[in-house]
Amino acid sequence: MITSLLMYLKVLLVGGTICMIGEIIIITTKLTPARILVVFLMIGAVLGGFNVYQYIIEWAGAGATIPITGFGAGLARGAIIGAKTNGLFGALGGGLIATSVGIAVSIGLSYLIAFFTNSKTKKN
Amino acid sequence: MNKKLRNENYIRYVERKSPKSSWFKSLFHAFLVGGAICVFGQMVSDILKSYFPLMDLLTIGAWASVSIIVITIILTGLGVFDRIARFGGAGTVVPISGFANSIASCAIEFKKEGLVFGLGAKMFYIAGPVIANGVLFSLIVGLISLIF
Amino acid sequence: MNKKIGKSTYELEHPVSIIASGAYVGSKEGCGPFSDYFNNVAIDDTLGEKSFEKAERKFFEMSLKETLFSARLKISDLDYIVGGDILNQLVSVNYTARDYSLALVGLYGACSTMSESLAVASIMVSSGVGDIVACLTGSHFSAAERQYRNPLEFGNQRQTYSQWTATGAGCSVIAKNGDGPKITRVCFGKVTDFGISDIANMGAAMAPAAFETLKSFFIDTKTTPDDYDLIATGDLGKLGADILRDLLKKEKITLGSNYMDCGHSLFREEQKTFQGGSGAGCSAVVFNTYIMEKLKNKEFKKVLLVATGALMSTTLNQQGETIPCIAHLVQIEN
Repeated sequence: MITSLLMYLKVLLVGGTICMIGEIIIITTKLTPARILVVFLMIGAVLGGFNVYQYIIEWAGAGATIPITGFGAGLARGAIIGAKTNGLFGALGGGLIATSVGIAVSIGLSYLIAFFTNSKTKKN
Repeated sequence: MNKKLRNENYIRYVERKSPKSSWFKSLFHAFLVGGAICVFGQMVSDILKSYFPLMDLLTIGAWASVSIIVITIILTGLGVFDRIARFGGAGTVVPISGFANSIASCAIEFKKEGLVFGLGAKMFYIAGPVIANGVLFSLIVGLISLIF
Repeated sequence: MNKKIGKSTYELEHPVSIIASGAYVGSKEGCGPFSDYFNNVAIDDTLGEKSFEKAERKFFEMSLKETLFSARLKISDLDYIVGGDILNQLVSVNYTARDYSLALVGLYGACSTMSESLAVASIMVSSGVGDIVACLTGSHFSAAERQYRNPLEFGNQRQTYSQWTATGAGCSVIAKNGDGPKITRVCFGKVTDFGISDIANMGAAMAPAAFETLKSFFIDTKTTPDDYDLIATGDLGKLGADILRDLLKKEKITLGSNYMDCGHSLFREEQKTFQGGSGAGCSAVVFNTYIMEKLKNKEFKKVLLVATGALMSTTLNQQGETIPCIAHLVQIEN
């Protein structure tokens, strides 16, 4: 019980801190959210490429996998594993294979929901 | 007066004059919302682990991400997500929810221009750069690790 | 002949009358400080249309119809309409003119379109081109949002210095002869760019344009702000209005309590638009309701309307260009 509580604390700490860094970048540089996503994806991919992000995931679990940095790290890690097991073929496709579920679900469900809902004017 | 100098002075003046968002408040909101989304992901992982003890960690992590993607897209469709985002700022953008919301919001918004050039093409208006850069990076990483 | 005074101000030899005016506004605007002056408020800002572009067109139609109705005019009485909107290819005003087979002088002045159309129409009518002409301008929050910014459901925080595109359309009917406040002077503004490139900070981008126009108008006419009952800028917002005061103060021109900004006044603080309203509809609805009513009952005798516009293109902004801005001035007297 104590260990799982500690784990949740770590998740909150790491996940929250990554988002806080994002907020700091938004405030200081006025980058748009789209650019923030790209920047964090890059950071994650670099950390994943050097095999550093793996340690953060081990330490903080979902606190590291849920932020978009985890998506970037997954892409990089997938490419590395692919290169090791499948050679050139794996190196080219490994990244997308590792993250394909997230992308596929996002696209499929967005397509579906677009049929049932309309955008609404905002109150504020 | 020199135009360039005038503009530089003016931009500096505007910078001083523009109202600043409260640092403490926005950082705290981002931490809280972002952290909460991650904690939710961890809860999904833990539940999955207890039901399927044999499932490997990568798959569990992927399912946790998918659960957040699904909830985000449904909330986007209901028109609720942007209210949470207005409160959380980067706390909703940086987690995978930001990615899912960018696809869903574009799909909903641009479906009026048809299924091909509206929904199909403009769905990636915001998420496209993320996927493009991500794939490019994974290619580079893959090719480098092939050499070494 | 219309007379040129000073460098850029023109005095109309035969002042033209604004014989009717009206506006049709969205629900959020209808809850603002001017709620008593808005006769036509939409409950649902899609007005039953399928897309926001079509809804904006409907706002145009409704405001045109209501205004003509209030003056007991028919659409066939109009010689042509002068106007524009902030969407690409001026779709709202184009399609409105198509639906009623009207002649159209389409103008793009971004959010300055109301005073630009008043200026152009008054010069045309006073020199004998047309007898009864309608000026039609407006904007729609959701249509502007999807063209210039992000999808509506996209979750992002708006900057504290940003503004809110007003939903609504305003219409003024101008005639050579008739009762009503008269347009006596017009001043076309210089395109001004002080190097602002942040598209969220429209107030700061547009304030220099209003400053240039007001400065040259006061020099041309040898008047001061105190000679007018009201000086109304279009949609500078709170921040832009403060900047304009500062800029004019440097030139020893002080704006007193007779200055107001339509955008800043259109919404209440708690409506969370931050700096206030923006968009072509902003000055259009405030001018055609509040200002016109006060002009008609002689609370105001001399009014300057200085609608400001950011002539911004998202394409060129992404190519690294800054935002050129413009402000046109019309003087209305009763």
